Amino acid sequence: MSSLSATIQDVFNEPGCGKNANKSEAERKKGCTKQLQPGGAAGGCAFDGAKIALQPLTDVAHLVHGPIACEGNSWDNRGAASSGPSIWRTGFTTDINETDVVFGGEKRLYKAIKEIIEKYDPPAVFVYQTCVPAMTGDDINAVCKAASAKFGKPCIPVNSPGFVGPKNLGNKLAGEALLEHVIGTVEPEFTTPYDLNIIGEYNLSGELWQVKPLFDELGIRISACISGDGRYNEVASSHRARAAMMVCSKAMINVARKMEERYGIPFFEGSFYGIQDSSDSLREIARLLVERGAPPDLLERTEAVIAREEAKAWAAIEPFKKRLTGKKVLLITGGVKSWSVVAALQEAGMELVGTSVKKSTKEDKERIKELMGQDAHMIDDMAPREMYKMLKDAKADIMLSGGKSQFVALKAAMPWLDINQERSHAYMGYIGMVKLVEEIDKAIYNPMWEQLRKRAPWEKANSNWQAKAIAQAEAEAAVLAADPVAAEAARRAKKICFCKSVDLGTIEDAIKAHGLTDVAGVRQHTNASGGCGACAVRVEDVLAQTNAPANLLQAAE
Amino acid sequence: MAKVITGKKACAVNPLKMSQPIGGAFAFLGLRGAMPLLHGSQGCTSFGLTLFVRHFKEAVPMQTTAMSEVATVLGGYENVEQAILNIHKRQKPEIIGICSTGVTETKGDDVDGYIKLIREKHPQLADYPLVYVSTPDFKDAFQDGWDKTVAKMVEVLVDKPTSTRRDPARVNVLPGCHLTPGDIEELRTIIEDFGLEPSFLPDLGGSLDGHIPDEFVPTTIGGIGLEEIATMGRAAWTIAIGAQMKRAAEAMQAKTSVPYRLFERLCGLLPNDEFMMFLSEISGRPVPAKYRRQRGQLADAMLDAHFHIGGRKLAVGAEPDLLFDVASMLQEMGAKLSVAVTTTQSPVLERMPCEEVLIGDLEDLENLAKERGCDLMMTHSHGRQAASRLNIPFYRIGFPMFDRLGAGHLMSIGYRGTRDLIFTLANLVIADREDNRQPTPDTWRDGWQDSLRETTGAPLEAAVVAPLH
Repeated sequence: MSSLSATIQDVFNEPGCGKNANKSEAERKKGCTKQLQPGGAAGGCAFDGAKIALQPLTDVAHLVHGPIACEGNSWDNRGAASSGPSIWRTGFTTDINETDVVFGGEKRLYKAIKEIIEKYDPPAVFVYQTCVPAMTGDDINAVCKAASAKFGKPCIPVNSPGFVGPKNLGNKLAGEALLEHVIGTVEPEFTTPYDLNIIGEYNLSGELWQVKPLFDELGIRISACISGDGRYNEVASSHRARAAMMVCSKAMINVARKMEERYGIPFFEGSFYGIQDSSDSLREIARLLVERGAPPDLLERTEAVIAREEAKAWAAIEPFKKRLTGKKVLLITGGVKSWSVVAALQEAGMELVGTSVKKSTKEDKERIKELMGQDAHMIDDMAPREMYKMLKDAKADIMLSGGKSQFVALKAAMPWLDINQERSHAYMGYIGMVKLVEEIDKAIYNPMWEQLRKRAPWEKANSNWQAKAIAQAEAEAAVLAADPVAAEAARRAKKICFCKSVDLGTIEDAIKAHGLTDVAGVRQHTNASGGCGACAVRVEDVLAQTNAPANLLQAAE
Repeated sequence: MAKVITGKKACAVNPLKMSQPIGGAFAFLGLRGAMPLLHGSQGCTSFGLTLFVRHFKEAVPMQTTAMSEVATVLGGYENVEQAILNIHKRQKPEIIGICSTGVTETKGDDVDGYIKLIREKHPQLADYPLVYVSTPDFKDAFQDGWDKTVAKMVEVLVDKPTSTRRDPARVNVLPGCHLTPGDIEELRTIIEDFGLEPSFLPDLGGSLDGHIPDEFVPTTIGGIGLEEIATMGRAAWTIAIGAQMKRAAEAMQAKTSVPYRLFERLCGLLPNDEFMMFLSEISGRPVPAKYRRQRGQLADAMLDAHFHIGGRKLAVGAEPDLLFDVASMLQEMGAKLSVAVTTTQSPVLERMPCEEVLIGDLEDLENLAKERGCDLMMTHSHGRQAASRLNIPFYRIGFPMFDRLGAGHLMSIGYRGTRDLIFTLANLVIADREDNRQPTPDTWRDGWQDSLRETTGAPLEAAVVAPLH
């Protein structure tokens, strides 16, 4: 049994992760734990990430060992869907008190496991470690081991206390818990040549079921979905699947890669967002299965299904295309799913005016460029005021984002659609794509907007906050336009590295002065990218731009 | 007189309780230009933030000191310092409200000491409004975090009055955390109708009522301003609402000598009579005609609704003050409070109109409601699974209410708020009867057995508190 810190190091070394592979050894050691800035951080902790990744396992009891905050403030708050069991939506927590903090909470944890098994008898109990018992030294591995032996029921320790890092790390630590304690512990009752694992899909709003009928039709069996609508025994016996699909995110790449390494299950990274992506994914699944011994007619049958579904989807989108062609979409997401959504929207004739790449890997970014052309306006950290201005200048007709930024759009009386995990509609596969287009159409053409954009009758023109925001932004722009020196200063002041607080100008100067050509050089001279390393992508852009022939020429002059 | 029982389970199932630090942060959200800051790992803030955003459907400011494992072990001075400096520089709030969490309390960070050092080291922060409250997650509940924080605000932000002269028109109001922005607005109207000028501390009605702000603000977009808080010592009276606010009211009295009157309830006929007479007394004005009419409307609502609410067997899960207020009102209309579950100790619990109050969770609420044949459940949104399993009408009260709209505007206080609550509940019962309890030729075939079962109810302790080994 490896220690938590060893597991974290192992996760950081993940060779399957493109972002990791691009880092130096020293950078990798620091891992993806972006040094969070006190007073300037947003997003969940590692415990949150672990819970998100595993909670969609529906027949398991998820027990949180910690004070009330960790479970009491967060339980039953995700939109994953179950086709049967409901115990995963039951909140279990040891709700530790002062006595447990002082004398240790292991006994309480053990008793809690016992109570759950006696009352609910789930096939397994997942035990989540949190910060406080991690500090006081409660050994959840030992408690789980003892409980498993005593009650004859797998008790799985998930060692991902919040303070070890962000949500994304928690996803991976959850994967490690599955790899170490669950996957491969049960032999399946039977196998077929059509057995497929789906990894990193959480069945939000039941969207997996938008695709599952196609699998059923083709005879492809989902032997395990990790973890949407998953069952413990399916995951435990998933090592006998023939192939795996990793769904559009790096969150669980360690699971996919290690299963390939240990059990020889080949995987590919795909997505069911958008028509083209869905077709590509189906093809790839069929190809992998046939490669692993499924009858080759699967390929033809898959093509037939793809042709039929595409035709149906296009026919359903057709009436919307007229209404949506030329409509501009401002897309702000964590970035992970950006590229898959970009493709989907373009199929409906819409244009993208921006997308966020905050969490996207370099590969994702390349892909977005490929899809949107070189002019793609990618937004890393857009201030609410700029977001609003972009919407207001009619550069965008609708904003798609996660729940947290919705109010910028809504309060500005601009159409908005939720595309993150709290959303209530399912957008996967061919049917889901049509649904997304329908929802966008409904949002844009709602007659309410016109009323809401009218001033109250007693309000003077240009006195509302929208007008003021625009005026302020325009005034700033006018000052910059009139004063090239100030404009250049503003351009150079753009922050590139947030950890080390290094701006564009500093980096440009260093590149020119020392003839730098790579990120390592820039880091050496400016300390940019010396923190979390996430800005390496931006630094590369600066390098490319500064060293572009036109600029070099200018510099030579 | 109710007996207060604490559950003995090792494992809380379907928690009713939420943590103390976010109760504290919630109080800071009622100050203008505020930024609540939780001293803990980023998840502590993120969970609370998500809860508030989903409840109010509003952008909510809240920051974190983003404690890492190493920082936690070594102590969080640098993180607190960095966080304050960053927030001061970027969002420029008028005040930063800091609450500790379980993880930093386990280490024992001396945040008061940190703040002192930070003020010395950074002259720009020497007089910057910073309020710190100790709120470990592993003690107490949401309501306690709120009341401690409001008391601390009084201690730190209210000036000691320089003269003994008071403004007879000014009234301080210290509302408990169970009052919605809608309740606060209603109270403001009522008090102003008596010619009085209320200062609400905190004022969620100003910040989380869903209004569209004039400017982009990264902090709270309304609420009571610091200058108004500072002068609360000049008011003639302090009105505290909910027993939880006693601590803050006493802090106000100790610091400023402003006398207080505590109203434990504002839901129901008699509590509002008492409230109106108090306002009439301190303002020297008769009760406005508007409220005389509203009293009649409430009386009429009670007459119309008592057929439906009388005899209902209630299962209510809420924090002490809300539980006491709403359950008492329904008991006064003939409902029977069969199951009462709450989160934390409070002096009102002993006076609950039922035999026992359990400090427990929603599993207890569900099991007891099932056993005692309850036919109306009231608790926060997390009760939805239990109510649907029991197939009984469900009304959402308290925080959080993330699966329905308009949580900020639900009212339960005043004649008018009580009237509307009564109608809503009676209509729920009527709809449930129409949908689920239509009589059939067999309904009364075994009628005698049913009525026998209804008159006996198993005692509480046997059901829930039996220790499991």
